[in-house]
Amino acid sequence: MTDTRLRSPLGRALGLGSAKEGADHWWTQRLTSLALIPLSLWFVAAVIGHLGADHAAFRAWLGNPITAVLMILTVGVTFHHTASGLQVVIEDYVHTEWAKLALLIVVRFGCFLLAAAGIFAVLKIAFTGG
Amino acid sequence: MTPAKRPLSPHLQVYQPQLTAVLSITHRATGVALAVGAVLLVWWLVAAATGRDAYDEAQAFLGSWLGIFLLFGWTIAFFYHLANGIRHLVWDTGYGLDLPSAYRSGYAVIAATVVLTLVAWIGALVAGGNG
Repeated sequence: MTDTRLRSPLGRALGLGSAKEGADHWWTQRLTSLALIPLSLWFVAAVIGHLGADHAAFRAWLGNPITAVLMILTVGVTFHHTASGLQVVIEDYVHTEWAKLALLIVVRFGCFLLAAAGIFAVLKIAFTGG
Repeated sequence: MTPAKRPLSPHLQVYQPQLTAVLSITHRATGVALAVGAVLLVWWLVAAATGRDAYDEAQAFLGSWLGIFLLFGWTIAFFYHLANGIRHLVWDTGYGLDLPSAYRSGYAVIAATVVLTLVAWIGALVAGGNG
């Protein structure tokens, strides 16, 4: 049986399709979703457990290396997932090309900014005690 | 290029709502709501890193009626998005895509959302009493 596909070997190797990015977006979204199952559950449980904590207690908890790493991961993965999710929502509902592009860029940059701020906040508490 | 304005056949006005479609758009809506809530999360972390006054201010807001209302909405959105997200991941393996299974898992998602939200808030009331 001969190979009847119409792709060149290079095309097959690159793995891109007509959307020009292949299945990257789809797969990354699945990976971040998977990672967020334990991370976000930990986050919710941790926040509930520290509701009454005053500033000193909260800083001590967040400064713990394990807590800090998990919080950094939660923030980073959440904003990656959020950026990708909001991207498809914008692509679905905004059809004016310039508005869509502007919104996509603003949202993605905003997610980067928020992730950087959140991660910095955790590191600051972890390294300087708050 | 803005698409030309042409008449469209009715869709949302005439199509009967079904569990599958309603859960699907709710998944999108909760996702957007959670994205807004993520901003609040960063604000909270930055407040904690800024100092005691900023932190106390953030805690006061979160403990206010508006704050509790927002947190309650956020937890419902969170548990729904989590449960339905897992439903999506299972579908991605190819399992459960037939209509009866989709309905069953859909009802399970609604039940899980209610149960998890209740557990979280009862846990919060208990923990808040001890904290």
